Amino acid sequence: MVRESSIMKIHYYTGIAAIVLVAIHIMFRLTVPDGYSASLEYENVIANYKNVSYALVLELILVTVAVHGFNGLRVILLELRQGDAWESAVKWLCVGGAVAVIAYGTRTIILAGMM
Amino acid sequence: MKRVRIRVFRYNPAHDSSARYDEFEVEAERWTTVLDALLYIKAHRDHSIALRYSCRMASCGSCGMMINGIPRLACYTKVYELESDVITCRPLANFPIIRDLAADFGAFFAKHKSMKPYIINDSVDSIDGKEFIQKPEEVDKYLQFSYCIKCGLCYAACPTVATDKRFPGPQALAQMYRYLIDSRDAATDERLKVVDDRHGVWRCHFAGSCSMVCPKGVDPALGIQLLRAYLLGMNRGSKVVAELYSNKK
Amino acid sequence: MKENREGIKGWLNPTRYGANRFAYWLQRLTGLGLLAYFIAHIVETSNIVYGKSAWEKMLAFTQTTEGHIILMVVIGMCAFHAANGVRLYIAEHGKGVGRPGRPEYPYRPTSLGLGMRACIWVSVALAALAMMYGAYVLFGEA
Ligand code: SF4
Ligand code: FES
Repeated sequence: MVRESSIMKIHYYTGIAAIVLVAIHIMFRLTVPDGYSASLEYENVIANYKNVSYALVLELILVTVAVHGFNGLRVILLELRQGDAWESAVKWLCVGGAVAVIAYGTRTIILAGMM
Repeated sequence: MKRVRIRVFRYNPAHDSSARYDEFEVEAERWTTVLDALLYIKAHRDHSIALRYSCRMASCGSCGMMINGIPRLACYTKVYELESDVITCRPLANFPIIRDLAADFGAFFAKHKSMKPYIINDSVDSIDGKEFIQKPEEVDKYLQFSYCIKCGLCYAACPTVATDKRFPGPQALAQMYRYLIDSRDAATDERLKVVDDRHGVWRCHFAGSCSMVCPKGVDPALGIQLLRAYLLGMNRGSKVVAELYSNKK
Repeated sequence: MKENREGIKGWLNPTRYGANRFAYWLQRLTGLGLLAYFIAHIVETSNIVYGKSAWEKMLAFTQTTEGHIILMVVIGMCAFHAANGVRLYIAEHGKGVGRPGRPEYPYRPTSLGLGMRACIWVSVALAALAMMYGAYVLFGEA
């Protein structure tokens, strides 16, 4: 069994990493010369996805935020109710949720990068 | 002197299906405590009210109750300081009710015991006239936490205890740190293992409510953060297990 | 009744027990809100793979006044959760919470000292500033 301190260390590190990565992500919306809405135009967004280092940033955000967010949800749900059935359901729900979101987001990053 | 209305929570789980409040008007002086007022009511109005108290001086930790929604010691809370004409007394939150204002401390004490609240050190067996030497700085690391009177106010204030029945609570975790950081204790790893649990120290999110209500300045939230920091590998060098020292000439 | 646990009402009420309890409450709510937004954001941006018209349809749906207001709230939640999260990271590593000593009456717990409280209010202020900047960018162009 994974020790709780290992899980919570991951919680800390993904949280700190997410701050940096999300800041980069927001900068990509704000530093476009023609402004925020221009940065959201189809061609610009596709160009973002084709930029491999930025796509990597997106993938990292996806993983860190999904892990941090679903672990946070796990913590809240574990504190809400106790019992072995509930706790293992919470564990699998959160692992499943994180995996599903990461898989779906990765699909977008890969497909958009190939367009 | 002022007249205040005291609302007392009345409930006996053995035959009541719901709780009610009984109200009493009493006169309070500047020095009247809520416990004084309750004991006056018990002596002159309704002797059937159940409440627990002993020392009347914030030492025994028996008279904790929710007074106007916040856990406080009845003997340590003056009627005047509440600045209200109505005072509502309920049993401590997060403790099962025995009757009226008397709460059941069984689970709370069991959690305290599960923290092994005693010095664990094999060399104690060979103590034989020898003693541990502790410097004042080493005493200061745990002294504050040893002032805990187990009144349970922190346990009643904690938002995690409010929903997580497996969480040891601020009192027990602060006591774990009190023994962990005591230089006479050698069971550091064993102690860390107990609290590094799914419902252990990690379920504290530093809401600080425990320290807000503690009547003895224990600051359990500080103890818990230091315990977690120690578990995270911080300040490891700060604890050196003391050796037995003979002072026989 | 007999158990007398405060239950979820205990953490839903941020008005008792001071600044730290308020920060605890807001950290939870913003965390849940951000998770919800994150999932929605992954879903909304996945429209890009269905071509330009799908993407523009999604933009038309989200780049509205309501959409901008939601995004402003998200920006505020993000700023508070991040700043307060850094404070918690530091405090939970035993820094900035003071050190045990010999408490004197009237007791003032060092862990709830001015430093921690100031960090909480700075986090709230940062969130407000970030929301204002967000509003300036989102509504300023239109
Ligand atoms: S830590 Fe303070 S509030 Fe908690 S039981 Fe001990 S004395 Fe009471
Ligand atoms: S009666 Fe002993 S603490 Fe109040």
